This record gives sequence, C-alpha cells and structure tokens, in this order.
Amino acid sequence: MYEVMQKTPLRGRLSAGQKFARIFGVLFLLALTMAAPAHAVQPDEIMSNPAQEARARNLSRELRCMVCQNQSIDDSSAPLARDLRLLVRERIAKGDSDQQVLDFLVARYGDFVLLKPPFEKSTLPLWLLTPLVLLGGGLALWGYSRRRSKAMQAAADAPPRLSEEEEARLAKLVADPGEPG
Amino acid sequence: MIAEAGHYALVLALGLALIQSTIPIIGAKLHDGALMNVARSTALAQLVFVGASFFALVTLHVVSDFSVVNVFQNSHSLKPMIYKITGVWGNHEGSMLLWVTILALFGGLVAAFGNNLPLSLRAHVLAVQAWVATAFYLFILLTSNPFARIASPPMEGRDLNPVLQDIGLAVHPPMLYLGYVGFSIAFSFAVAALIEGRIDAAWARWVRPWTLMAWIFLTLGIAMGSYWAYYELGWGGWWFWDPVENASLMPWLAGTALLHSSIVMEKRNALKVWTILLAILTFSLSLLGTFLVRSGVLTSVHAFATDPTRGIFILLILCTFIGGSLSLYIWRASALKQGGLFAPISREGALVLNNLFLTTACATVFVGTLYPLALEVITGNRISVGAPFFNLTFAPLFVPLLIAVPFGPLLAWKRGDLVGASQRLMAAGIGSIIAMAVLWAWTRGGSTFAPLAIGLAVFVILGALSDLAERINLFRTSLPVSFRRAKGLPRSAWGTVFAHAGLGVALIGIVCETTWNTEFIASMKPNDVAQVGGYSLTFEGTSQRQQSNYREQTARFTVSRGGEPIAVMTPSKRNFTTRAASTTEAALLTRGASQLYISLGDTGADGSVAVRIYHKPMVLLIWFGPVLMAFGGVLSLSDRRLRVGAPKPAKALHALQPAE
Repeated sequence: MYEVMQKTPLRGRLSAGQKFARIFGVLFLLALTMAAPAHAVQPDEIMSNPAQEARARNLSRELRCMVCQNQSIDDSSAPLARDLRLLVRERIAKGDSDQQVLDFLVARYGDFVLLKPPFEKSTLPLWLLTPLVLLGGGLALWGYSRRRSKAMQAAADAPPRLSEEEEARLAKLVADPGEPG
Repeated sequence: MIAEAGHYALVLALGLALIQSTIPIIGAKLHDGALMNVARSTALAQLVFVGASFFALVTLHVVSDFSVVNVFQNSHSLKPMIYKITGVWGNHEGSMLLWVTILALFGGLVAAFGNNLPLSLRAHVLAVQAWVATAFYLFILLTSNPFARIASPPMEGRDLNPVLQDIGLAVHPPMLYLGYVGFSIAFSFAVAALIEGRIDAAWARWVRPWTLMAWIFLTLGIAMGSYWAYYELGWGGWWFWDPVENASLMPWLAGTALLHSSIVMEKRNALKVWTILLAILTFSLSLLGTFLVRSGVLTSVHAFATDPTRGIFILLILCTFIGGSLSLYIWRASALKQGGLFAPISREGALVLNNLFLTTACATVFVGTLYPLALEVITGNRISVGAPFFNLTFAPLFVPLLIAVPFGPLLAWKRGDLVGASQRLMAAGIGSIIAMAVLWAWTRGGSTFAPLAIGLAVFVILGALSDLAERINLFRTSLPVSFRRAKGLPRSAWGTVFAHAGLGVALIGIVCETTWNTEFIASMKPNDVAQVGGYSLTFEGTSQRQQSNYREQTARFTVSRGGEPIAVMTPSKRNFTTRAASTTEAALLTRGASQLYISLGDTGADGSVAVRIYHKPMVLLIWFGPVLMAFGGVLSLSDRRLRVGAPKPAKALHALQPAE
C-alpha cells in the first residue's frame, strides 16, 4: 500500500478543486491539461462498517490533498487523494482513534496535510487575529463612545465661558458703562 | 486589421486616461471650470475607445480569427456561438480587458449622470478613476496584450476549457467584475474627499447608490459562481473556502459594512472618517482579489517566482493604490470634522456593531487566505488553511451578528430603546423558539446544532417582518390603513426587510444542506435501484451522442416516489476532442426548494457506471437568499431619495436625471 503511494506520480488528474478555482475566478484558468472528471470517494473505497466509514469521511474533510489547491482529500479526485483516503480507512480498520490517524499522517507529511493548522508559535497570528480584532475593535469603540459622551456631558455641564476678548470688553463695560453696547 | 484597430483604440484610451488623470486636478487647483470639465469629455471618450477595443476582441472571437494568439488559444471554429462570445473573458487577457471596460463604463456613468455633483468633486473623482484606469491599461498593454498576432496562423484553435463552456461563464465573471470594479467609484469618491479635505452628508448620498449597485452585482456574482460550481463540479459542493472564492468574499464583507456605515453618514453625519477608510479598504480588497487570482501566486509561490512579470506588475499597482490611498488617509483624515453624537444603544450603535463584526469576519478571511503564503515566503514552512479553519473562526462571528440584525432597524437614531425593541421582537423570538422546538422534536436525537441555527434564521426572517409590521401598524389599525401605509413606505425600508430576510433564508438553506444531505455512492448496472432521500431511482442504461465539439455519454434514471413515477433524469459526461478533456453534467431534479442530484463517474468494464446521487434538502434557499438580498438592494436603489444622490429638496428631484 505504501509503495503504491510513493510510486503515484504527484501530477495527478485535475481535481474538482482546481476546476473550481478556474470556474470561480475565470482567472488563472487554462494552461493546465484536463483529464477525465472523476469523483472523490469511489464506490470501491467505502468501508463496510457505516460508523467507521462516517469517521473516515469526517477525517477526510480535515486532510489536505497535497497536490491540489486547498482541496480536502474527500473532495479531490487526484490519485494521491485516493491513496490517502485508503490509508485513512486502513488505519481506522486497524483500530486507530481519529487523533492517532491524524498524528500518523502529520508524522509522515508534516502539518501541511492538516486543513486546520495546529495552534502553535508559527500559527499564533493566524489563530489570534480574529479574537484580537474583535476585542481591540470593541475596546476602541467603547473608549471612543465614553470619550465622546464625556465630552458631550462636559459641554452640557460647563457654564458658557466668555472668550478673552469678551472678558476684556466686559471689564471695559463695567469700568465705563457709558460706552454703547 | 480588426486586431490592430482594437489595440490602437486601447492605446488611445490610455492617452485619454493620462489626460484625465492630470488636467482636471490642475483645473481644480486653478479653479478653472473648463479644465475641470475636461474630465467629463475624456471619461466619455475613454468609454468609447475601450468599448471599441472590447468589441474588436469579441469580433475576432466571433469570426474565429486564429491569427490572434488569444483567439487561437481559447476558441475553436466549431464552438457554439454563445461560447465564442463568452470565451472572450474566459482567459487572462480578455478578462482584464473586460475589467477595464467596466471601469471605463463606471467612469462614463459618473461623467454622464454626475451633473449635480460639485464641479471640483466630479473632476477629482474622475481623475482618481483615471489613475486606476491608467495602471490597468499599462498592465494590459505591457504584459497581457489580447491582440498579439501569430506569425504563421494555424487552421484551428485550441478550444475553450470545457469546464468554462457553460452559461455560467456568460453571467458570472461580468457580474463579479461589475461588483469589484463598481467599488472603484466609492474609492474615487473617498480619495477625492481626502484631496479636497471636505466631506459631508451629501457625499454619502452620492456614494451610496454606487456602492449599492456594486454590492448588488457582487452579491449576485458570488451566488451565481457558487451555483455554477455546485452543478458543474459533480459533487454538489457550493462553497469551498478556496482562496479564489475568499478573494471575492472579502470585498463583499467590506462592501456590506460600507453600505451600512454610509447610511449612518448620510442620515446622521457621523462615522465619516471610518466610512472613508472602508471605501478605500473595499476597493483595495477588490484589487487584492485581482492580484491573488491574476498573479498565479496562489497556484504556488514558486511558480510566481519563476514567471513574475505579471505578478510584480499587479503587486506594484496594489502597493501604489493601497499604500498611496492609506497614506493620504492618514495624512488628511484628521482634517475631516466629526459630527453626530449618539448613544451606544441606538440605530447608529447597531450599525457600528454590524461594521465591527463584518470587518472582523473580513480580517479572518484575509488572514486565512494570506497567512499561509506569508509564512511560506518568510520561513519556508507550508501550512494549509481550509474549510475546517474557517468553520471554526468565521462562522461563530455570524451568530452575534445575526442575533443583532433584527434589532438594528427597530432602534431609533441617536438614542434607542433596547427594551422596547425586544418587546417588539417578542413575536419573532417566540416564533423562532417554536421552530427550534418543533425541529428538535422532529429530528429527535439528531444534531442539536441544526435546530438552533434554523431557529436563529427564523428569528432573522421574522425580525425583518416584525420591522415591517411595526412600520405599517399591522393589526393595530384596520387592514386598509396598514395597506396604505405599506404602499407609502420608502422603498429603502422595503429593501432592508428583503435583504435581512434573505440572510435568514440563506442560512436555512446552508444548515439544511449541510445537516440533512443524503449521499449515495455506488457502481450501478442497468435496472439497479438506488434509494435516496425517500426517492427510488432506477438506472435504465446509457447512450452515446456526438455534438458539435464534444461526444456525450448520457445515463437515464427514472425517479419515483412511493411507487409513483415522477421524472426522468439524464446526467451525462462530455468528452471534448480538441483538449482531450471531459466534464460531468450533473442532472438536477428540483422538488420545492430541495434537489436530487446525480453525477456520473467512470464506466467499468462490465458496463457498470460509478454514480453519486445526492438528496439536498432546501439547497436552493442557499442561492435564493442572496437573490432576495440583491432584490432588497434594487428596491433600495430605486428609492427616490437615493436615486439622484443630490441634497436637493424633494420638489426639485423630478427635474434631475436619475443616476441609474
């Protein structure tokens, strides 16, 4: 089984994901050659135990087909994806837990195989940006609204002040009431 | 000859754009009306010349002139006419030409219908449009000339990628580009306001219809692309968190935020600085999307490094415009005066909350799409960010947002009454709890997540309807009075109701499809029967057929329910000889909002066919929701207060030209 996988050429048939990428952007389209469309999970891959098959499907959605563009092995029709699907099912049949299957694949292919990167030092910005933006934005808004409402309050509470010029004029008027308004 | 004429027209358009980017600015500095008016004529002339250039390319494709590289690589004389035309933008060069054509179209629209804009503002807006246009003309002419010739022309073309030979190509890219490029208007207005150092509520009135129009197209474009992928790819997926999709989702999220913040700016003269920033960001994200998809950086960082001409060029455009506009923003934004105070619990507060969540969602998509690229460039480590990441980070952001949606329109400006709004949403809340309870009882033991999510969706829909009922005093006065009030309601109010309800409708579709999708995968021989989602599908056999540029293998299934035959479904596989490629054409049977979906796989030696059959409950709601949202947008756009975008009293409105 493992030999088969290593012999598999990395240039596989075009996966659904690659096709999709082209459709959606119409952008980088072209250039690649296309071969027969195929489905992701093939009838002969399906495990006889439905519970195990369901686990295999769920795991497949977490794993990347490494020769495709951002495509899980569950969606991809590349031969490598098929080999990985069979490998996942083989490990499940041998009694591995879900985590053991993932660990096995990560040991073999590195973190690249996981579509949800692990939480570690190099992925901190990736995982923390969302909560930080939300928290930072929320705090900034809170501070801003407090500042503004305080300013509004202060403006409402403070007695109207005269400018220096007006003070001077007032002083003058008090000193010499004769001057016209 | 036609190719050369098209090429020359494009060069002339570049010349016009150069004039348009400088003279009006000088005119504005000198307060010279004639110089400022140059912008108007050049914008219209530019549209004429780019239009001619685009028309030339279409003509070349239609007459199959294989002496032109672009036609040779993407067309075939036997291709049906519609795909000869749509094939024009089914490739890099042609799609960029479409991009600048649409840019010139928007510039022309501002020039033609912007008579009520202050002269200097219009001059600045059109000049900024011309800066963007100049960059893209140069990009096309220097790196992606669609009119390049072949010295010795071949007899036959290489044909268009078969996946793209679909009606989807006729609609999806133009829609998407109308959306992307439409945001350039908001961008130009923002930059113009920064240059002039002046911004007021009238500015928001001018910007809002353009933003709304771009948003409508982008919404429909994304929905259309999603449906196209769904029926074309053969396994029924409709959203993949693919970087290319994310590239279109980011401007949509930012654009939706912009749409809401510009309401605050127009009505209350607040959030000015933020609205300007959003306008810049939204178009920057559109440019970023163009870069991501065009430069090939997504396919592989290494492929980008080996042939970087186009990528570097777009990167330069990106840095210039994003960097330049943001620097201008930092430099000038403080000059803009703040206005319109409001309490946290108010309509403004709700719209700010909307902006907070939408921008956070946008940032999440941004980091998920670009972080793997950045990490690879910096450390060489490769990681993958896919659907499981986004489901975990993006989806939770929408829960608080959706809960807040119905409250927004029920709160008053300046200082809202949250308790009052909650009371008015009581009926919606009760309705959603009933929906949850019924669903939970019905699916007993199934997913607990699905009933909760559908309850939320029902709350959003009923909340939108409560807002409507509230406004027309439903059940509190007699029905005819309510009816009259409904008729008198501003169209933008109706727009809000439809757009918000569309959000809930789409959510129902998404939850139903992901939770209760049934799948059947097997090798079937003739007369085998598959049981899927309560339907029996009998495989009758296959037949072959030769079409103009492909060969087709069609399978026949009869569908019955409870012994009663309902329909015949005929999924097929097409083999395109020129490219030695094939596509699957899934068969869809629509029953209400649900669909049966069959697609064919490989044929076995014994005559069996690998078949996947899906029953997808409520799946059509996923796209019906965005259509409702876009319809809401159209209603709002047709509101007479928005039609002109001029701060004139209602009496004067009739005399002015509409901006659509």
